[in-house]
Amino acid sequence: MNEKTDMKTRESTEMQEGRASVQTIRPLVNIFEDAEGITLQADMPGVSKDRLQLRVDKDQLLVEGDVQFSMPEGMEALYADVRTTRYGRSFSLSRELETESIDASLKDGVLTLRIPKRAEVRPRKIEVRVD
Amino acid sequence: MFGSLTNFEGSLFDDLRRMQQDMEEMFGQGTWPAGIRSVARGTYPPINIGSTGESVEVYLFAAGLDPKTLDISIQQNLLTVAGERKVEVPENVEYYRRERFSGSFRRVISLPEDVDPDKVEARYTDGILRILVQRREASRPRQIEVQ
Repeated sequence: MNEKTDMKTRESTEMQEGRASVQTIRPLVNIFEDAEGITLQADMPGVSKDRLQLRVDKDQLLVEGDVQFSMPEGMEALYADVRTTRYGRSFSLSRELETESIDASLKDGVLTLRIPKRAEVRPRKIEVRVD
Repeated sequence: MFGSLTNFEGSLFDDLRRMQQDMEEMFGQGTWPAGIRSVARGTYPPINIGSTGESVEVYLFAAGLDPKTLDISIQQNLLTVAGERKVEVPENVEYYRRERFSGSFRRVISLPEDVDPDKVEARYTDGILRILVQRREASRPRQIEVQ
């Protein structure tokens, strides 16, 4: 990971410590950047659209969600890898990102966020004129 | 006596909270002896297994799967779930994090001995694959009436 990585997607550990009383699952993510913006994909199985919360607070992006699945009455656990029902992870954004126009979609438990860069910081191709 | 003052039961929010608490209590605390087929934590996909008198339910937390790639089979009490998750990798981008599992997976799960391999249902919703296996009739708890 280079320095740039750190700047753009550094996670704020304070957030997680602040909620230490509530157990949360850190969703696994892929984050990549192209000329127009940054894409974040997060695995959040069991989260439906109405149980997903996305927030931008200053330069913090918060991704949270609750797992919901139907479970019959009187069920006993035989085995569990997943021991809590809440996902949570936060990322610090950098200034050149246009946080007002983040696009979010959720399909089969995969959240995809598209965070565009401000127009003025997008790379411009400079045409060379030949006279 | 003062129960009614603090009784908010019945609201949708409380129902949800209670359900989640039940689920966390149920799945959150147990320690199970490691089965011979158990795998390391962090293996994709994570699974939970629950049981009632009538059935055994297996939940696989597998977001972003194409259900058509799934191969679910059961031999006596051994349930095998295999599949593939393709995470598309765009070209000409700079990756900062790549934590999501990509590729094929296979998990073998030992269920209790009394499951009926002919009665299995599977459903995929919001990234959770739920497999319901009925127990054999003979082994279900029965109410015995006193004559």
